[in-house]
Amino acid sequence: MKRFIQFIIDFLRSGFSGGILFWAWMLFLSFFIMLWGYGEFVQIRDGMIVTGLNDQVSWGFYLANFVFMVGVAAAAVTVVFPAYVYKHHELHRIVVLGEMLAIAAVVMCLLFVTAHMGRPDRLWHIFPVIGIFNWPHAMLTWDVIVLTGYLALNIIGGFYFLYKKYADTELNKTFYLSVVYIAIVWALSIHTVTAFLINTMPARPMWFHSMMPIKFITTAFAAGPSLIIIVFLLVRRFTPLKIADEAFHALSQIIVWCLGIALFLTLSEIVTELYPSTEHSLGLQYLMFGHHGLNTLVPFFWTAMALMIGGFILLLIPKVRKNLLVLPFICLAVFIGIYIEKGMGLMLPGVTPTPIGEFAEYTPSNIEFMVVGGIWAIGFFVLTVLIKGAIGVILGDVRYTESESRTVQGEQTKAATT
Amino acid sequence: MSKQETKVKDANGATRRDFLRKAGTYTAASLSGAAMLLSDPKPAKATANVSWAEHFQKNYRLMTDEEKEEAIERLEKRYSEEFGKKVKVGSEPAIEGVLFGYALNIQKCIGCRRCVKACVAENNQSRGEKQQIEWIRVLRMEKGKFSAEDRDVHGYPEDYGIQVGGNAYKPAGVVLEGQHYYEPDQVPEKDAFYLPMQCMQCEKPPCVKVCPVRTTYRDPDGIVVIDYNWCIGCRMCIGACPYWARRFNWGEPDLPAEEMNPDTHYLGNRPRMKGVVEKCTFCVQRTRKGRWTGCVEVCPVGARKLGNLLDPESDVRKVLASKKVFRLRADLNTYPKFFYFMD
Repeated sequence: MKRFIQFIIDFLRSGFSGGILFWAWMLFLSFFIMLWGYGEFVQIRDGMIVTGLNDQVSWGFYLANFVFMVGVAAAAVTVVFPAYVYKHHELHRIVVLGEMLAIAAVVMCLLFVTAHMGRPDRLWHIFPVIGIFNWPHAMLTWDVIVLTGYLALNIIGGFYFLYKKYADTELNKTFYLSVVYIAIVWALSIHTVTAFLINTMPARPMWFHSMMPIKFITTAFAAGPSLIIIVFLLVRRFTPLKIADEAFHALSQIIVWCLGIALFLTLSEIVTELYPSTEHSLGLQYLMFGHHGLNTLVPFFWTAMALMIGGFILLLIPKVRKNLLVLPFICLAVFIGIYIEKGMGLMLPGVTPTPIGEFAEYTPSNIEFMVVGGIWAIGFFVLTVLIKGAIGVILGDVRYTESESRTVQGEQTKAATT
Repeated sequence: MSKQETKVKDANGATRRDFLRKAGTYTAASLSGAAMLLSDPKPAKATANVSWAEHFQKNYRLMTDEEKEEAIERLEKRYSEEFGKKVKVGSEPAIEGVLFGYALNIQKCIGCRRCVKACVAENNQSRGEKQQIEWIRVLRMEKGKFSAEDRDVHGYPEDYGIQVGGNAYKPAGVVLEGQHYYEPDQVPEKDAFYLPMQCMQCEKPPCVKVCPVRTTYRDPDGIVVIDYNWCIGCRMCIGACPYWARRFNWGEPDLPAEEMNPDTHYLGNRPRMKGVVEKCTFCVQRTRKGRWTGCVEVCPVGARKLGNLLDPESDVRKVLASKKVFRLRADLNTYPKFFYFMD
């Protein structure tokens, strides 16, 4: 137990150590985190009226970000799956970094949902036993289960691995691998259920199609690895941890295929909806072409399409894909493209027009920008600390040594090993 | 609408830079997350008086009779203090053998919206500048007027292989193509008819199914009710409702004390708080005591009928037996107990 507490302390110490650049980065993030605090404070004080949401558009920026981040969380599996199932050696070394990313992403998801709630003070109402958990009827309760489960699996899997490495003891392979394999399947479930959350409502025809889960998963497995590649390249640049080129090649290949399928699904959706052009396609038409001058979303949609298609074509070329100087920029483009398409580009046309056919445009308020920006900052803050700590352990800089209260026995074993 | 207007005012009143500067000064104070939840620095009157016990009460449906009594006593005390008059919070349960149904004669409706006003007065909705909540929306439907001038002589371009004259494209009484912002000098207008919409009290309500905390449920008399004290404000129900019947309290409701209706029901028209969903309950505070709903009572042309679907002698059953009846969006299998009919 004492060793475990020591592990937490050493892990955090490693996570919070760094040069001027590190502290500048953390200070930069803290600024946005403070804005989040202010935004949440105002929203809780005055109610959701401080947001840009209204009767017509009652789901907006918060849920858009939530849906997108669930995908990023699930995408940790693109590191874990090849590492364990295909025994990809290079990915295997850094698999724990993927798990750290998943933890940070799920934390963001939970914060986005809380921001979306009208009564966050009553959050306990949804907890089983003390509240009422409308399971299995309400899709949201399924989402709660899969998200918290996924968070738990990643914390257990990731930190069990790190702790064993830290303590320099043997991994219990059966236990560890079962956690890993369950987490792989579980990752798919979190995004599937999030898709079910919105596509099981015939009142919202744009979402009401069975392609939603697979589209969610493919876009997630394009956007997620894009972020992972950028993070890994930064890790390689700023820390002594060596990540082999093959790891990037494997990930960029996953992006190409998933992005290709995602684009294909988008095309299928557009043809299916626009060919007959029923009233049910009004949401998609509003997104793509606007509606009698209400066309805020139009440039966003086409930008997203350009970024995704452009990224896909570039990544198809092996020479470009394998060029690690160009790759992060393509990844950034893909990431932003999917963020638009699957975030606001999915949320807003889903609720526009309203069930009686009313169109209303929605722009997030400053408070919403503060809260969302702040939650992203919190995500990066957590991610930075977790990754720095994990790298410290992987490299062996952070490992268990008997400290002040070391026993004679401890010294003897230490002497014996050296 | 009025909410959007307020938004515009905000945007004009303060520039972004001002806003960020103001934000900077507040940030330090706002860091203590937990504390800010508990210590409300600018409490609205309604929030200030909420007792701890009310924060931690159970879901209404699961309360024992004593717990219900306690909860109601608490609320009556709070409301009476807040509004300066004796407020009664009823707890009448569903009456055995009653299943409420509603029938609306769209041929008679003149679009005067007296039902909307009566509903707001009866059910203590938020009103005023900032947030105006109405449970009934009266849609104005265009009557079909096809004329030779509107005719697009070219029709569709030949390439498409479809030859239509471009005349019947105009909306004409198509269900769900109306709008509810009409402001005529007088009603009824010559070129329109009207279709009021409110909660349909579905037998298979999608809103109830998606509620993660079961704060909204169907009572045995077929009325879908909400425990406002249990609602977490996730708005899943708003997304799931095909009739756009549910309203959200975006801010603290604005209910002037002198206009407040003190005869309330726990699951009905008692004053709500910010961040919770509300909707039509067929005036549960009246109907469970054998009275008409506010809208039925006020309708000047008798277009609205309420009754017990299980009683063959009730108004609704007579309508169902003798008139041509339809329900909205029957394809969704929600089985509304709100019927439309024509003479």
